[in-house]
Amino acid sequence: MVEVSRSVKWALRLLALGYVFLLVAWPVGLVVQHTFEDGLTNLADALADPDIVNALKLTVMVAFWAVAINLVFGVTISILLVRYEFPGKRVLSALIDVPLSVSPVVVGLALLLVYNGRDGWFGPTLEANGYQVIFDSPGMIMATCFVALPLVIREVVPVLQEIGDDQEQAARSLGAGARQTFLRITLPSIKWAVVYGVVLSTARSLGEFGAVKIVSGNYTGRTQTATLVVEGKYQNFEQGAAYATSFLLAFVSIACLVVVAFLRPKKTH
Amino acid sequence: MTATLDEVEGTAPEPASPTGRRLRRTRRSTPRNTLTRGAALGLGISMVWFSLLVLIPLAAIVATAGSGGWDQYVTTLSNPQTWAAIRLTVTQAVLITLLNIVMGTVIAWVLVRDRFPGKTVLDVIIDVPFALPTIVAGLVLLSLYGPESPLGLHWANTERAVTLALAFVTLPFIVRTVQPVLEELEGDVEEAAASLGARRTTIFRRIILPSLTPAIAAGAALSFARAISEYGSLVLLSGNLPYRTEVVSVRVLTFIENGNEAGAAALASIMLAVALFVIVTLDLVQRRVARRG
Repeated sequence: MVEVSRSVKWALRLLALGYVFLLVAWPVGLVVQHTFEDGLTNLADALADPDIVNALKLTVMVAFWAVAINLVFGVTISILLVRYEFPGKRVLSALIDVPLSVSPVVVGLALLLVYNGRDGWFGPTLEANGYQVIFDSPGMIMATCFVALPLVIREVVPVLQEIGDDQEQAARSLGAGARQTFLRITLPSIKWAVVYGVVLSTARSLGEFGAVKIVSGNYTGRTQTATLVVEGKYQNFEQGAAYATSFLLAFVSIACLVVVAFLRPKKTH
Repeated sequence: MTATLDEVEGTAPEPASPTGRRLRRTRRSTPRNTLTRGAALGLGISMVWFSLLVLIPLAAIVATAGSGGWDQYVTTLSNPQTWAAIRLTVTQAVLITLLNIVMGTVIAWVLVRDRFPGKTVLDVIIDVPFALPTIVAGLVLLSLYGPESPLGLHWANTERAVTLALAFVTLPFIVRTVQPVLEELEGDVEEAAASLGARRTTIFRRIILPSLTPAIAAGAALSFARAISEYGSLVLLSGNLPYRTEVVSVRVLTFIENGNEAGAAALASIMLAVALFVIVTLDLVQRRVARRG
């Protein structure tokens, strides 16, 4: 490998560090500082505010269901995409990535057009049968599922491809059933990929804003998630509460990130 | 399983009878189906959910946008406020993509080729914009570039706020696509070039850059798509001032809030087309790279 000259090396290093520091590290540090500038009062006040507590509970509930659904769906689709051949496979594998590059606002609008109770495609029928989707938790779970959909699949598919299916075939030839093969051979080998996928989905699900804002109707105390509370509080000039809630969200998402960074095995060269 | 089957098929002697050969040919031309009954059931259930969640709702956007015909697009796009939003979004997205091409490559380079204490921390910080909720990202940037800025920079509610927010949320894309390619790059070729008298700039331009180009292109496409569609981080930071800092996503939201579903769908369908275009381009680029080996 050819070494670059000392001055170029330093210039590039300082450029990279300076850019990341000004754009990410310093601003994030300031939010932490703002949260704790009056000691723990900001956090304590926030946790005493019923709106914020309700929002946090709702966020956890929505994220839990969205992650659970995406986990089951993601593992199933990954195995189907890697281990089986079927017509339309290529199209499906391209479509899976669509949620990553679609605007959250478009996601919200798409769900609204189909599931709203007034003139949606399925909404009125569902509401006539007592299922409200839009402006209620099912819609919020769906919106969250949509935006976090590819995360598990993108982690699991490469691992499945890499391990091959020799062991699975061996298990089958020795008389193991499909269920037994999955539980004792496939699942243990994709375990870590599934864990990363779940951690990433959790971070994404807790933080979804745009799509949830549209489908939830943003009713304070009822369908307002933590991210919506941040917006509401900030615009009501309750900066302390906004910073405290932001800190909680940032803390959880950065914790998720650090967990993944430490769990992921270092590549051996 | 596919790999082994293909292998067996490839090494098996060609059948002598013409019927056998024809059979084989027809089987190859149609997509093979190796679904077992359980797998087919799994695929069926997954597809129902995927359709209900993604395909039907996206189809609803296209259908709603299409129901108004071309007139709907003309009315929506000829609105000067919408047009200003589109212009701002596209200009900023292009600007940010160019910035990311330079900064992303530099950061990836520093992460792979440089060694200094705290590099692991830099590596983790790069992912922060991915993990941070977008609304929090807006608030975070506001603390350094807003009214209470310790640097004295009052960029909130200006065009610069849009640039800043987009730079923040798209930071990881090019870094994370270029980094693995740079790690895999063999030092031998560079050394060979150097021993043959090539200067460092020549080595970078003729050897390193060409192998990074597909990765840079992929990252650039992703960051452009993200920049076009960004919403959350702009809400608090840019103030959504009409004609000045309002982006396309905010326009779509305004249409929804005003009950103008057809207008919202028209604008959203354009954003959707851009997103699909990016995905297809990426798929093609990656296929081409994979083929070249």
